[in-house]
Amino acid sequence: MSSSLLRTTPLLRAGLRARAAKPLAAMATTSFTRGKATLPDLPYDYGALEPYISGQIMELHHSKHHQTYVNGFNAAVEALAEAEAKGDSKAAAAQAPLLNFHGGGHVNHSLFWENLAPNGKGGGGEPEGKLLTAINQDFGSFENLKKQTNTALAGIQGSGWAWLVKDKSSGNLCLVTRANQDPVTGNFEPLLGIDAWEHAYYLQYQNRKAEYFSAIWDVINWGTVSKRFGN
Amino acid sequence: MSIGTFSLPALPYAYDALEPSISAQIMELHHSKHHQAYVTNLNNALKTYSTAITANDIPSQIALQAAIKFNGGGHINHSLFWKNLSPSSSADANPASAPTLTAEIAKTWGSLDKFKEAMGKALLGLQGSGWGWLVKDGNTLRIVTTKDQDPVVGGEVPILGIDMWEHAYYLQYLNGKAAYVENIWKVINWSTAEQRFQGDRDDAFEILKASL
Repeated sequence: MSSSLLRTTPLLRAGLRARAAKPLAAMATTSFTRGKATLPDLPYDYGALEPYISGQIMELHHSKHHQTYVNGFNAAVEALAEAEAKGDSKAAAAQAPLLNFHGGGHVNHSLFWENLAPNGKGGGGEPEGKLLTAINQDFGSFENLKKQTNTALAGIQGSGWAWLVKDKSSGNLCLVTRANQDPVTGNFEPLLGIDAWEHAYYLQYQNRKAEYFSAIWDVINWGTVSKRFGN
Repeated sequence: MSIGTFSLPALPYAYDALEPSISAQIMELHHSKHHQAYVTNLNNALKTYSTAITANDIPSQIALQAAIKFNGGGHINHSLFWKNLSPSSSADANPASAPTLTAEIAKTWGSLDKFKEAMGKALLGLQGSGWGWLVKDGNTLRIVTTKDQDPVVGGEVPILGIDMWEHAYYLQYLNGKAAYVENIWKVINWSTAEQRFQGDRDDAFEILKASL
């Protein structure tokens, strides 16, 4: 799991690079125990997504929630390495749910911060070029994509995420939801993630989550989504 | 086929009665908005389900099951939750109001504090939204956690439920959910817990029939 995380998530690599004085090429083939995951810097200020997402939400979400996933992930990786060293398969297997939850939380939030941007400064507007063509083909229109995404988000029962993904085998775009912090893996390439955990909106929108889902389109960074689509 | 319509049960205390453990703002939103949404969506799902049964439409019946479980579970869980909370000034909030239950807890976990510790660990270990429950399973007590709004309907008697959805604490405790778990013990209704412990499933779920 650790090596695929390193391959698919540039932001995670950057975080690792900062702490572990090792060349990136070497990191990609070594285990996470060589360098700890670290919280990546936000590419904008906490207040930069206002009024769509409040500065208080962004600060807690990044400095507390994401940090907790990073800490939990590092602890699980360490426990896994210890279990491995002792040949204790039972203890190693017990780390699986924690690796998935905290590792997923780290991956998901790292992708999320980068696919958001301040409105008018990379955020909002509409997708362009090849990405827009693909959206029109697979969803009919950009408006339809938004509508279907918001329906998917509203339908999540509990905590989770909605993702616009590229199906690697067909190249088609589609929408998927994931429970809790389950990351998008396997045949899907995550392009755009929207966090539907209550901590992502509750301080500002309370139970009116549809308003959050509608507002977030004003701070989507289509440049990032395009880049992910092109790769 | 006629089906009942569920309604939001009234809280057995005022919205601000659980302060400072749980703020009035949280209680009002939690009861009047969140619980109400589960009730409304449950009624809608049951209505559609009844139409699907009349039409012998099996695919639609199956497709509706997730909505019934989620919203029905939300209605069950919250109905039980409000009743197992109490203002801290009330005698109900004193564990002495649950003599046989606390004796069984001490037998099972060693002491009430050890039980709280075990329950707290289970609550804080939940990944995502969910609930922690003290249940009576046959003659023994157990702590179980359930995800999202999955209700405890496997034959166990729910005695005490604690809501770990972020909407249950976030406006007051933010990311500090350990403090929420610590403070909720001050507003547990031990009289309700004792009654549920001495009763059976039908007694615990009586409130649901009352909300029809």
